[in-house]
Amino acid sequence: MSDGSHLAIGDHAAVLFELREVGLDRGGKTVLDSLDAEIPVGATAIVGPSGAGKSTLLRLLNRLVDPHRGEIDYRNQPLRSYEPLALRREVALVPQLPALLEGTVESNLRYAADLAGQPLELERTLALAGLDPAFADRDVGKLSVGEQQRTMLARALAQRPRVLLLDEPTSALDPAARDTIEAALAELRRELEISTILVSHDHEQARRLGDWVLRLEAGRLVGSGPREEVLA
Amino acid sequence: MSTSIHVALWQVAASLVLVALAAAISFWQRADLERDIAVATVRSIVQLTLVGYAIKLIFDVDSIWLVLLLLAVMVLFGAITARHRAAKVPGSFGPLLIALALAGGTTLGLVVALGIFDPTPRYLVPVGGMVIGNAMTASAVALNRLGDEMGDARARIEATLALGATAREAAAPTVRRSLRSGMIALVDSTKTTGLIFFPGTMVGMLLAGASPTDAVRLQLILLYALLGSVSISALTATALAYRNFFTPAAQLREPEEPAEAPA
Repeated sequence: MSDGSHLAIGDHAAVLFELREVGLDRGGKTVLDSLDAEIPVGATAIVGPSGAGKSTLLRLLNRLVDPHRGEIDYRNQPLRSYEPLALRREVALVPQLPALLEGTVESNLRYAADLAGQPLELERTLALAGLDPAFADRDVGKLSVGEQQRTMLARALAQRPRVLLLDEPTSALDPAARDTIEAALAELRRELEISTILVSHDHEQARRLGDWVLRLEAGRLVGSGPREEVLA
Repeated sequence: MSTSIHVALWQVAASLVLVALAAAISFWQRADLERDIAVATVRSIVQLTLVGYAIKLIFDVDSIWLVLLLLAVMVLFGAITARHRAAKVPGSFGPLLIALALAGGTTLGLVVALGIFDPTPRYLVPVGGMVIGNAMTASAVALNRLGDEMGDARARIEATLALGATAREAAAPTVRRSLRSGMIALVDSTKTTGLIFFPGTMVGMLLAGASPTDAVRLQLILLYALLGSVSISALTATALAYRNFFTPAAQLREPEEPAEAPA
């Protein structure tokens, strides 16, 4: 650890991801700089201002991008040793803005389930994302942004991932829709043994949804540890 | 029946009156195309005259190897020209070269194998020129669309990759739309041929004194050959070029600065 504000996970929780000296540049600019961090099994929040590198860090974790420097381990194995497509079905990412395929809610969920080779439990998956079963036949182009975002969540869940990466899933939503998504995520953690890694610029949301917190600023890790200590 | 006519130079010169009319309209309406019209006119005279002499030479030599060399040059220049219109597609030259070669080779090979045309310069040169020219336009349009669509659909494609889809699966809707845009112009013009416009070959044959039946039959053969070549070139170009947007680990590459389009 590079300074006193970074706490190790210790023996009480298994390490999900470990980052060592991770760096990434884009357009000649350093986006992530010498990141050393551990992310435990469970609920983690990554906080920081816009442009801190939070979304890029999330995309590194399911190999939508690879770091230019350093190493990342997932479950004690180098991330690069995992086949990218299989890894992404296990470590699912829900992006900041909805980006569904043309068709119905059900066709999107079925597409994702088929990719992962999983049977689709349509009603249960919709319910986990806080959606009524009647949504199944709805055209995704006619959904509100909040409904689309919950469909994105349901689509990721249809793959039965072990880890869910959530990139500011409520940033485009009004408070009511945000509360629905947050309730769905809390329910998920109770019902399924899924680890969640949530990116948020909202410290209150991070406090509600993360037990472990990483704090980024300008591409550098400035704090990591239990939420009570990092967000004190 | 005679199928040859003699066109005197004064007749060509007289047709320049219509070029002057086009320039006058541009000047009057301040369309600022007078210079382009002049350049286009001079280039058309020089290029077609040179091509005329080249074709005459090839016909006189009557060598299949010379024909193949000419077709290879057409494919090369076609790929270079189309590449400029596909500026947003990284590494587009290779896919375009393969697409044009495959479209030209397959189409000409088939029309010869089916006994539609003899494998002689008199048939292969003009038909090859049409086939490769249309294949170039179709693949350029398809890749131009692919470049735009891959930019616009970036979020959706990455969201699909994030589900564990392959690059091919994630890009499939985009590739499909690009292929369609490359083919649709010729499909539409084939639908309306004879109703809204008379295609060039038919007009040329009628002017040269051929019977309307022969003119129509030859035109149909050429239209169908063009449909085949356009499909092959657009399919090949899009199927190869979309891969250049992805890394081997099925990651979207960062967009490059677009290359400067030629004047």
